[in-house]
Amino acid sequence: MTDQEQVGTPEESVAAASAAAVTGTTEEVVAANPLRDPRDKRLPRVAGPCVLVLFGVTGDLARKKLLPAIYDLANRGLLPPGFSLVGFARRDWADQDFAKLTYDAVKQHARTPFREEVWKQLSEGVFFCPGEFTDDGAFDALAMMLKEIDETRGTGGNYGFYLSVPPKFFPVVVEQLKRTDLAHGPAGAWRRVVIEKPFGHDLKSAHELNAITSAVFPESSVFRIDHYLGKETVQNVMALRFANNLFEPIWNRGYVDHVQITMAEDIGIGGRAGYYDGIGAARDVIQNHLLQLLALVAMEDPTSFDADSLRREKEKVLKAVQLPHDLSLATARGRYAAGWQGGEPVVGYVEEEGIPADSITETYAAIKLEIANRRWAGVPFYLRTGKRLGRRTTEVAVVFQKAPHLPFSKDDTEILGHNALVIRVQPDEGITVRFGSKVPGTAMEVRDVSMDFAYGESFMESSPEAYERLLLDVLIGDPPLFPHQREVELSWKILDPIEEFWASQGPPEEYPAGSWGPASADAMMARDGRVWRRL
Amino acid sequence: MTSFMLTDTTASKISSQLTHLRHQLGSPAVGMVLTLVVLCDEGSQYDAVRAATEAAREHPSRILVVITRGADEPNRLDAELRVGESTPGEVILLRLYGELTRHADSVVSPLLLTDTPVVAWWPGESPEVPAEDPVGALAQRRIVDARAATPSVRAIASRARAYVPGDTDLAWTRLTPWRSLLAAAFDQPVGKVKRGLVEGSPDHSSAPLLAAWLGERLGAPMKVAESGGPGLTAVRLTTAEGDIVISRSDARLATLSRPGQPNRQVALTRRPTAELLAEELRRLDPDEVYEAAIRRVARTHKS
Repeated sequence: MTDQEQVGTPEESVAAASAAAVTGTTEEVVAANPLRDPRDKRLPRVAGPCVLVLFGVTGDLARKKLLPAIYDLANRGLLPPGFSLVGFARRDWADQDFAKLTYDAVKQHARTPFREEVWKQLSEGVFFCPGEFTDDGAFDALAMMLKEIDETRGTGGNYGFYLSVPPKFFPVVVEQLKRTDLAHGPAGAWRRVVIEKPFGHDLKSAHELNAITSAVFPESSVFRIDHYLGKETVQNVMALRFANNLFEPIWNRGYVDHVQITMAEDIGIGGRAGYYDGIGAARDVIQNHLLQLLALVAMEDPTSFDADSLRREKEKVLKAVQLPHDLSLATARGRYAAGWQGGEPVVGYVEEEGIPADSITETYAAIKLEIANRRWAGVPFYLRTGKRLGRRTTEVAVVFQKAPHLPFSKDDTEILGHNALVIRVQPDEGITVRFGSKVPGTAMEVRDVSMDFAYGESFMESSPEAYERLLLDVLIGDPPLFPHQREVELSWKILDPIEEFWASQGPPEEYPAGSWGPASADAMMARDGRVWRRL
Repeated sequence: MTSFMLTDTTASKISSQLTHLRHQLGSPAVGMVLTLVVLCDEGSQYDAVRAATEAAREHPSRILVVITRGADEPNRLDAELRVGESTPGEVILLRLYGELTRHADSVVSPLLLTDTPVVAWWPGESPEVPAEDPVGALAQRRIVDARAATPSVRAIASRARAYVPGDTDLAWTRLTPWRSLLAAAFDQPVGKVKRGLVEGSPDHSSAPLLAAWLGERLGAPMKVAESGGPGLTAVRLTTAEGDIVISRSDARLATLSRPGQPNRQVALTRRPTAELLAEELRRLDPDEVYEAAIRRVARTHKS
């Protein structure tokens, strides 16, 4: 049904609603809803009636992000009446115990103020199902419980399964969902599964992981969460590029010198030794977050913002990514040594608890990529990420070429750098434009200045947390912000040769904690006559 | 917060004082996205400024508060400038005396931010045709509040005759959570609605608007009935299978009941003015759904 038809006369939409009421699917009922009108922009996108089943409720992610995000959604009035949340974990708990955990998580981490009536609405629909993933009885009980919730709360057989558990448990959970027939709903109801990164640790394991979920759920029902894509600023990359006429004409090899995409963290690996060692910075960050950012910055304009068109453009540009011939000259890796970070002494990577002394895992990775298409040929994309760097920041910097001719004397423009457009993803989200300006005074001296647009300044407070947006999209069934399996595989294809090369190179070069990475990363830029932006 | 008083002044003096204050604070370029002109009297000034400043957290604005004082006094313009901590933008209180009270636009116009939207808001009494008011004519969006008028239904009906795209009413904004909840209830199959009833406290300005919207969208007759309040208390829609009812007696938590299903509780709090205003400032395009609703109120009110 097109928008035009939806507008229709009230009588038509009422007739359509009654028709859908008899035969239709959930989506059809929603589309035929006489009270909804595309022109009525005040009404928020509200998820339809559904249940969210959360596996791994006791994990950090659930407590710090997912449960608070669910409350915030309810507080903003974006959850349907009757929305229910089922927790599943190996705990001898009753519904109240899980409600208590949720209450504590909400009180501590929710972004919107706590309101008793919202909690009352939410807590009515909080249930807990105890059991092990291998226990058939527990999943039979879960199936029964969901059926009962459908009857008592009118959730219409629509279930989302959020697997907030390590990937090694995916096969058994997915198999159980298949066995209990929870993976396939009756006609008109939807079933969706949500998985978190890591999506494998190389191309082969990504294939295997996908084989497990795709054997049970169709690709359209699999939602892979890369929480970076839920961030306002990342979505704003698309607004900036495609809603304006100011930037797109220069967004190509004719004007761009190179692009730097950085994600720097000031923290170490913390308690994640078991996960991190053997994975490293490149697999942890570059494969997903940075390559997704690269795709959004470099892709051609999609024909529309629906999932198909957007993913197609991202895939095209990921396919066009080429590795340099000599990886020893175009990549750098390092690991942090003991040092001072922000005024505190910190230990080196190999001294962290749980890290073997002969570890060759990198905590800093920098790579140079090229994109073989008409727009970007010859423009290098430098990606870097690291832990225990100077400070926490994530940004995309598009650095432009120098002006072809400067009608000033050489002395006047000595300290003039490249123009740059910087998209700051976190913290302090916003956009900076750097350009040359005359220094006040009688002499003609030109120097770099920054013009700043801070997101928080023009649109304060309203920006929702990434998980809020992504959870709502899952419940509504709106997939553009979730990477497709093909994108995951293309990213591994880019990274696998680099990882293979690094595996043969012994331990990475050390850099002092609190610095900006190993010397080899600076040398890599110097070979191209460029420097990293000082962050 | 820095506050500055100017008596017997002009718009250009205010303007240069503002620039001076901003330079002094070291923030010459702030990201203000719109100018909000508040037209009120001395009595309602405090609450209006408070709400506007809070809304400005979401939409950093220059807030011009136009306060009309004695029209019999000699012509004079007094201004109070507030810049700094309490708000990301600027607040300017303008007090107009004498003949100047009829020429507020001559003061407001030079103080508008360049090339950004202008919103006019009358928290209390509003002109018959807001778009023809000298200040209203400067604005892309004109916000009135039918709650301030009695009987409110007559005020809403007269809005329909004066309607120009860009007009809106806080009595309509107050309905968004109700409308959102009703729309969510219709995301599940519902049979044809035969008739409906909206209940609210006596002369509640939002009740006729909600009834008109439901009538317009559902193609069924809607009635408005009085209840003890507070605010709107219930919406009752009758279908062949039974009634769909949303009832709220404490202005906080509502109960949704529908045929064949257990009752469900839903948070449905009355929102403070600042939140209503913030919602209004979020979208500055004409609200066609509101237009359809007030036109229906005008039609049914006549007959």
